[in-house]
Amino acid sequence: MEAGVASWVSWVCVIAYLVLGPFVGMLISGIDRKVTARMQGRVGPPILQPWYDVKKLFSKDKSAVNNVIDLYVATALGMAVVAGALFFAGGNLLIVIFLMSLSSVFVVVSAYSARSPYSDAGAQRENLTVMAYEPIMLLLPVAMYLITGSFNVDSTIVQDLPLIVGAPLFFLAYLFVMPAKLRKSPFDLSTSHHAHQELVKGLTTDMSGHTLAIMEIMDWYEVVLIYGIVGMFLVTSAWWSWILAIVVMVVCFLLEALVDNTFARVKWKVTLATSWVVTLVFCALNMAFLYFL
Amino acid sequence: MSSTGKSPWIVHYDGSSCNGCDIEVLAATTPLYDVERFGVVNTGNPKHADILLITGSVNEQNVPVVKQIYEQMMEPKVVIACGACACSGGIFRDCYNTLGGADVVVPVDVYAPGCAIRPETIIDAVVKGIEILEQKRKALKNKTLVEPDVSRMQSARDKVVDGQTVAEIASNSTLE
Repeated sequence: MEAGVASWVSWVCVIAYLVLGPFVGMLISGIDRKVTARMQGRVGPPILQPWYDVKKLFSKDKSAVNNVIDLYVATALGMAVVAGALFFAGGNLLIVIFLMSLSSVFVVVSAYSARSPYSDAGAQRENLTVMAYEPIMLLLPVAMYLITGSFNVDSTIVQDLPLIVGAPLFFLAYLFVMPAKLRKSPFDLSTSHHAHQELVKGLTTDMSGHTLAIMEIMDWYEVVLIYGIVGMFLVTSAWWSWILAIVVMVVCFLLEALVDNTFARVKWKVTLATSWVVTLVFCALNMAFLYFL
Repeated sequence: MSSTGKSPWIVHYDGSSCNGCDIEVLAATTPLYDVERFGVVNTGNPKHADILLITGSVNEQNVPVVKQIYEQMMEPKVVIACGACACSGGIFRDCYNTLGGADVVVPVDVYAPGCAIRPETIIDAVVKGIEILEQKRKALKNKTLVEPDVSRMQSARDKVVDGQTVAEIASNSTLE
């Protein structure tokens, strides 16, 4: 690897992500539910609630609306896991982003395959959500290349200055679309972690038992990757930058919870318009800055 | 208690209730009672739910809906009749269009009384339902889960409505 990180470190990171990733993701979503409850003046569920949920879902009777939905959802999980593993190995960010998109596509296809009105509407809305956040996700590697001269994630680790110094507006734009990636308010129009929305459960309406459990596990893996990208903006060759990265991740997590609890769900037009305007303005400005200064 | 008991997801269906019990069901899910402490989520989706809360009596119009919701739920599942009407038909029992309580169509596991039912009673009923859910999960695992039936309600199912018995209406009606 040209960026100079020993390959065994990459392997350790990959194995740590594969093994610990879902547990960390599960804890993050458990803490998220707890924080949300506290913000609403409730006691809230135990931190391990997502674990109980998934265990219960696996113990339910096996049933699926068709023969392929499990395959699609499992493929989506596989893509998400490979994307995360590649990211934590310090691999090519472009490929990480493409694999994440492919994972979303498989989720959409699985919802379409159920052929029910609620799943269909959820899938269409997920398509629109993907369209909303994809431009910024695709521009992230470009910004990275302009700064580090490489598409590899581990090229940030050997820098003296963190990515956020060169790409502060990219960071803000990424923060803006993070609720869409995490399927949180205000951009949780395809499906929501909150109970009882207008489309029943949108995307996941026709997934039951183990199919839904696999979706949850995919969410755990993805959450770690999404916050990992936040950390990517902060890490440098200095050891304390890792602590800084974790602090910023925690701040972003609390901010996300606050936004989730204070904003109502917006319509798809607003989702698309605001995220594209933010992407266009912030990223164009930042890009111009990187080119000409 | 295993995970099944720690994460009971509910779906609520309003049969032909006067809305008194429905408001109390929703009241039980507000921050005041905070049922999410026990992992309860009001999913609104039968395919995700473990516990079906039925309020109001069953009439000719909603028989297929109640059946469909029950059939879409995956085992192990529990049905809770919330309020007097869902338990027995309540004051509407002898109406010309009322078939009876929820138990003439789907097998009810827990009867929660009250007119209107109190949120505390609903929480008690859900806790009782969790015990049954737990037994059913074990039975499912050991492959000894028997399909519950509504035959014990035979006397109520013999009631004649519109020239047909309740049992006939319940078995013949479909959504399509």
